[in-house]
Amino acid sequence: MDVLVADAVNPHNLMAARLQMALSLGWHIIVACLGVGMPAITLIAEWRGHRTGDPHVQLLARRWAKAMGVLFAVGAVSGTILSFEMGLLWPGLMGTYGEVIGLPFALEGIAFFIEAIFLGIYLYAWDRLPPVPHLLSGIPIVIAGVASAFFVVTANAWMQQPTGFDTREGRVTAVEPWAAMFNPATPPQTVHMILAAFMVAGFSMAAVYAVAMLRGRRDRYHRVGFLIPFTVAAVITPVQIGVGDWAAHFVAENQPVKLAAMEGVFETERGVPLHLGGVAVDGELRYALEIPYGLSLLAHWDPNAEIAGLNEVPTAEHPPVNVVHWAFQVMVGLGFALLALVAWQWWAWWRRRDLPRSPWFLRAAALAGAAAVVALEAGWTVTEVGRQPWLVYGVMRTSEAVNPAPGLVYGFAGVAAVYAVLTVATVYVLRRMAREKPVPVAPQERDVSDYKVV
Amino acid sequence: MPLPEILLGLLWIGVTAYVLFGGADFGGGVWDLLAGGAERGARQRALVEHAIGPVWEANHVWLIFVIVLAWTGVPSVFAAVASTLYIPLTLTALGIIARGSAFAFRKASTLLWQRRLFGAAFAFSSVVTPFFLGTVAGAIASGRVPPGIAEGDLAASWLNPTSLVSGALAVGTAAYLAAVYLTRDAQRAGDAGLAAAFRRRALAAGVVVGGLSAVGLVVLRADAPRLFDRLTTGAALPLLALSVAAGVVSLALLAWTRAFLAVRVTAALAVVGLLWGWGVGQYPRLLPGVTLREAAATDAVLAATLGALAVGAVLLVPSLVWLYATFQRGDGQGEGESGDAGAFPRAENNS
Ligand code: HDD
Ligand code: HEM
Ligand code: HEM
Repeated sequence: MDVLVADAVNPHNLMAARLQMALSLGWHIIVACLGVGMPAITLIAEWRGHRTGDPHVQLLARRWAKAMGVLFAVGAVSGTILSFEMGLLWPGLMGTYGEVIGLPFALEGIAFFIEAIFLGIYLYAWDRLPPVPHLLSGIPIVIAGVASAFFVVTANAWMQQPTGFDTREGRVTAVEPWAAMFNPATPPQTVHMILAAFMVAGFSMAAVYAVAMLRGRRDRYHRVGFLIPFTVAAVITPVQIGVGDWAAHFVAENQPVKLAAMEGVFETERGVPLHLGGVAVDGELRYALEIPYGLSLLAHWDPNAEIAGLNEVPTAEHPPVNVVHWAFQVMVGLGFALLALVAWQWWAWWRRRDLPRSPWFLRAAALAGAAAVVALEAGWTVTEVGRQPWLVYGVMRTSEAVNPAPGLVYGFAGVAAVYAVLTVATVYVLRRMAREKPVPVAPQERDVSDYKVV
Repeated sequence: MPLPEILLGLLWIGVTAYVLFGGADFGGGVWDLLAGGAERGARQRALVEHAIGPVWEANHVWLIFVIVLAWTGVPSVFAAVASTLYIPLTLTALGIIARGSAFAFRKASTLLWQRRLFGAAFAFSSVVTPFFLGTVAGAIASGRVPPGIAEGDLAASWLNPTSLVSGALAVGTAAYLAAVYLTRDAQRAGDAGLAAAFRRRALAAGVVVGGLSAVGLVVLRADAPRLFDRLTTGAALPLLALSVAAGVVSLALLAWTRAFLAVRVTAALAVVGLLWGWGVGQYPRLLPGVTLREAAATDAVLAATLGALAVGAVLLVPSLVWLYATFQRGDGQGEGESGDAGAFPRAENNS
């Protein structure tokens, strides 16, 4: 990669550290999204089960809670690794700016505590608490999950728009922690991320039941299991597209280099078209489909607005254009595809109060979970790769922050191996749980000894 | 008290809580490993699983709390420690992944081979993880982490006498605390056989930990004379004395009484004395040539963080109390319909 060669301190180390960070963040974020979204969806089911007395809904709530127990454990440990890695891989960042982004992380710590405490109560005291207190004990999990997502993303937003500190000779001399936390990038990024978490959770959970229905299990249990999470995702998807537009405007205003990379714009011009597809070769975007004036219009609501090109900054400060451009296309494309799926379902519901009859609907819904996950990863790629070569935008380069100790490559190899095993084991355990017939009464406690088939 | 000291004190409270609660969860894994074959060890394993299940995630958050406070409060020290000690810390991180996920997977699996496989991963990582964390403590205590990024020796910083002893001590302490807590859990669950088994284990582990601590002092004397002096003659002496006394009392209580609840307190006190003795002995020097004041973050950061934590504590403390109370109280009624004791097969208790 061009960036790496330009300021090579220790290119292997830098590459290994980036790959390790990308792997562990990219892995964690999926589980984290389920950790943010699933509790709310499970509580909706538990509440409906309590209100209607419908055993199918009650059973769904219990099974989802059991899966949540596994996912939270995996989320907690994979998140812990991230906080280690902030120091192991990027001591240059933490040694200097750790105090600037410390506040949101401290707040996040509190949120984690609340999450873990109430999760313990929610899962293990299911049969020990009366239904309403038990439902109430789930609410702090939802709030704390959303709050922890908010806090951690404010820290990331600070890396995009660093504010709230003064430095002299590389040392931080004064900090306004609240200003750093509520930096300009915080509002669009946090909202976009939290909505993404609910989309990922909703579509992934619905996908499990879409697959079952495709296999012919169209009873009430599977229909409700599909409808509750799908409805949550369906409500959020249109909003997310609006928020995505907000995020894009924000980038256009504040991170022109990133916008230029997202769109493959090299020369500064007015009336710039929107590029669909295409590959950047030798400082030029080729083979793209152009929609005249599209970008100027979308980014600044003015067909003649000026868009700064990548060539405004030296080549060494270009992010990897193709990666960012394609990641952005993938995210937006999948966002609209999911919107189309949701529209299909709304339309059928409005006409006949039923799911669309075509098996293609279920087939598409079965893929929607994966699509939401890919959009999520693509979105993070836009944000993080688009910021390169800066780690803290305009302030600190990624290569300045990396741990210079030799041998990070081996660390990366070890982490990659562990994550491979972890992935296989997680998928295996969750699939078995989805297939299992007998269902424990309480999600965690009695599952070992006494089964009761409902 | 000035802000840096308050923050450091909180951080050390976090370390203490992590050792007392999270450490005991690791120790549970150690006993899981030593419980013997699948048949023979089933009851012990079930008790361990039952005791850890609802609380381990909350206990684990103490570690995150410590890490986050370290990079917020003393960022350059955090960076120096993480970069120089990245090998044992990476191994710790991998151990944490293996342990937490294997524990959850085991709980969710039903087939024997799966439970065995995940159980083995859980138990094995429960032993190695505290060892690596202990070597990190030893590296800091013996002044082998210089300031600056990756300035220390990547191997010798944590492969040295103090680190090795503290690694072993960490595993031993975890096992000891777990055995003490489990003795009481088994007693409360009304399982005399199991209580007796864990009592024997607690005694053995206590003797080993006592011995290791004595060895540790001898090693410190050669390896980290400043810390040794402070521990044996200086400000930290009362804490060390408290630790020794509490350790002796808990062994006596274990050997001659059935006051297992009291042993929990004295065993915890022994560990607290050791940890705070180290802390006081080392203060105010965090790394060689770096004092707390030099490393501390700006007052604005410290004030904001402490304020946020104070507000957080208002939410946290009652929640934590409720969590522990729910599951400790639940055990008492365990025989009833609430059925929480279902996690371990009661039918075979008379074996
Ligand atoms: C969706 C938002 C989100 C994002 C962007 C991240 N996380 Fe995360 N994290 C969560 C949402 C989350 C969560 C949903 O709140 C988790 C997942 C399961 C859980 O228990 O909490 C969690 C767990 C979790 C834990 C374990 C907490 C526990 O024991 O319960 C840590 C230490 C981190 N995360 C740290 C990080 C770091 C250092 C990140 C970035 C560099 C990060 N997370 C990105
Ligand atoms: C507080 C939140 C976050 C912080 C502090 C953070 C920090 C970092 C750091 C230090 C790097 C290494 C530098 C680099 O190569 O870009 C990085 C890279 C990366 N991060 Fe973030 N990150 C955060 C959130 C996330 C999240 C939640 C994701 C979700 C997947 C993510 C995705 C990535 C990816 C994919 C890379 C690799 C980029 C590359 O290879 O160029 N980040 N991040
Ligand atoms: C279709 C319309 C969408 C648009 C216009 C859009 C726009 C954007 C933009 C411009 C960014 C970069 C923000 C930055 O670098 O500061 C971004 C990031 C991101 N996008 Fe999207 N997005 C859309 C849909 C989606 C969907 C459907 C998902 C996931 C389900 C998603 C998930 C993310 C994530 C996780 C990030 C990175 C973190 C963040 O900024 O919150 N986006 N998006």
